[in-house]
Amino acid sequence: MVLLTRKIEFSASHLYHNPNLSAQENRRIFGKCNNPHGHGHNYTLQVTIEGEPDPVTGMVLDLKELKGILEREIMQRMDHRHLNYEVPELAGQIPTCENIARVIWQLLEPKITQGRLHRVRLYESPDLFVDCYRNGANGAWKP
Amino acid sequence: MSGALKIELGRRYRFSASHRLHASQLNEEENCRVFGKCNNPHGHGHNYVVEVSISGDVDSATGMIANLADLDAFVERQVLEDFDHKSLNEDVPAFREKVPTTENLCIEIFQRLKSFSSAKLERIRVEETGNNSFEYAGDNLEGNRP
Repeated sequence: MVLLTRKIEFSASHLYHNPNLSAQENRRIFGKCNNPHGHGHNYTLQVTIEGEPDPVTGMVLDLKELKGILEREIMQRMDHRHLNYEVPELAGQIPTCENIARVIWQLLEPKITQGRLHRVRLYESPDLFVDCYRNGANGAWKP
Repeated sequence: MSGALKIELGRRYRFSASHRLHASQLNEEENCRVFGKCNNPHGHGHNYVVEVSISGDVDSATGMIANLADLDAFVERQVLEDFDHKSLNEDVPAFREKVPTTENLCIEIFQRLKSFSSAKLERIRVEETGNNSFEYAGDNLEGNRP
């Protein structure tokens, strides 16, 4: 099996607020991420596909195709958007890195028809990221 | 939480510390041969990066595996306070006997963080420099299980 990773970057705004909690509880749990006017990040997304290279083309998946999928499914949906208000898949969820990564997995998995989605890694900043992978698989590349 | 997916959160921390690689079981010549310039008697330092990976269910009320403020405070208390701007050999009891290689540092940091109560500690990855990194996952890696 070979792993292939493509990276994209998008910029978006969000805020953390649970309407079932009081203003005070929201502030305590979410801190400055609860600022009502939101704030933004430059997100970096690394998408890893697993598979065997095609004997004719030598490719697990044509990178052009992956680029198109990422453009349609992620960039058009999330880049320069407010994640709370403009991304229906996140409606009703706190747009934490955990939840965004999971939504990205759910959007991409059915679209990958050559090879298979192995891991979604989403960086909210260089020091904070979330990995999403199939339960039972190992997210990191371990022999 | 979608049961078919596993979600891990990674957080990076930094500390700067000095160390000297020297094994008391080896003589001076052997230490010099094995550890090279890392055996310099007065030590040297690095800007270490510690990557902490945790996993668990995503709480539907908060969207989080664990509150980052709790993780940050725990890592600060358990690791950074003892390691930052310290001599690993002199100031960290575990390295009085053990050589403070980054391999051993990974294991020591894993032991110090595995009691984090809000999520499961998956692994520790330490970058000694931009070119060298080390990982330890305790029993989470099949090869380490008894």
